[in-house]
Amino acid sequence: MENTHHTGGHAAAHAEEHSFDKKAIWRTFWILLIITIVELVLAILHFSTGFPPKLLLNGTFIILTLAKAFYIIAEFMHLRHEIRNMIMTIAVPALLFIWFIAAFLWDGDSYRNLRNRYDPYHKEQSMPKKAPEHEGAKPGELH
Amino acid sequence: MANVVPANQKWWTGGKSPFNVEYGKLMMWYFLMSDAFTFGAFLISYGTVRFSSNSWPDPNYVFRSFPVIGEMDIPLAFVSLMTFILIMSSVTMVLAVAAGHANDKKGVIKWMLWTILGGLAFLGCQAWEWTHLYHQGAWWGRNPFDNIDGTAASTNFTNFFFTITGFHGFHVFSGVIINIIMLIMTIKGVFERRGHYLMIEKAGLYWHFVDLVWVFVFTCFYLL
Repeated sequence: MENTHHTGGHAAAHAEEHSFDKKAIWRTFWILLIITIVELVLAILHFSTGFPPKLLLNGTFIILTLAKAFYIIAEFMHLRHEIRNMIMTIAVPALLFIWFIAAFLWDGDSYRNLRNRYDPYHKEQSMPKKAPEHEGAKPGELH
Repeated sequence: MANVVPANQKWWTGGKSPFNVEYGKLMMWYFLMSDAFTFGAFLISYGTVRFSSNSWPDPNYVFRSFPVIGEMDIPLAFVSLMTFILIMSSVTMVLAVAAGHANDKKGVIKWMLWTILGGLAFLGCQAWEWTHLYHQGAWWGRNPFDNIDGTAASTNFTNFFFTITGFHGFHVFSGVIINIIMLIMTIKGVFERRGHYLMIEKAGLYWHFVDLVWVFVFTCFYLL
């Protein structure tokens, strides 16, 4: 394989003819920045008004995060411009994450339900009381 | 999309490099795959424990401080600054790689310096954040923050926070070390003599991966 390269590394460096497009780099930067700002604005909006319901908000955050991940991998790490076979050796194993996330979050949820059902003391301790007990310093406040 | 390969090109008949990419770069990709699963395991275990809890502390309340200004009404401002720093240093890293492609030694040195500076700024921010949380009483095994519904929280929140951001911070730290080594090698003309700057690309892949992980850490700990 090596002997097909005439001058070793130098040929390898130039084998990837696609040059880096400065415009594409900065476009990716703006996309990432704008997505982050949107996330922040949504978080603050929810914090002060409670407007986007938590479930909807979390779904939006996850979609925006995946979008950011796509742009970092595709543009910054340049994977989009590699040969398809190589992309597949990275992308296909990464699909394991789908099972990984679904299975374990499901498991956590099931554990919570079982514990609440069979351990009434735990449930009582971890459910909100009627009136808040502490009124003085807030927890985590610097003294 | 993917590189345009001529239809009659037979990549797998031998004598060719079917992925058309250097060995070290390919192995860096596979290392990053394995590292992604390590981080994935951490974050998913965090998610599992969080799903198994009846309530959890509110990140908007916990992460509301900013250096010098103190506590602000705007939550998450400081961590957004950290995110911005890391994205920015990712951009300068791509520019260093691009300069390397053009065999532009001065350009590589300039952009590597900015990247290292960005990495150090991020580490400084994280050091401040950890110190502040420590003074608030948060550490491994200690959690001063109550759950969002007012019930007492377990130490799961702080344990996962410090473990995962610490593991990420360690990656940033080693990334900065790698970048410094690359900078020294560039200045000494090692890559110039070699005729290519592929090492910068490999260091770049690692650095972008650190940025990629932060995107997920940011979402999982600060937003959700």
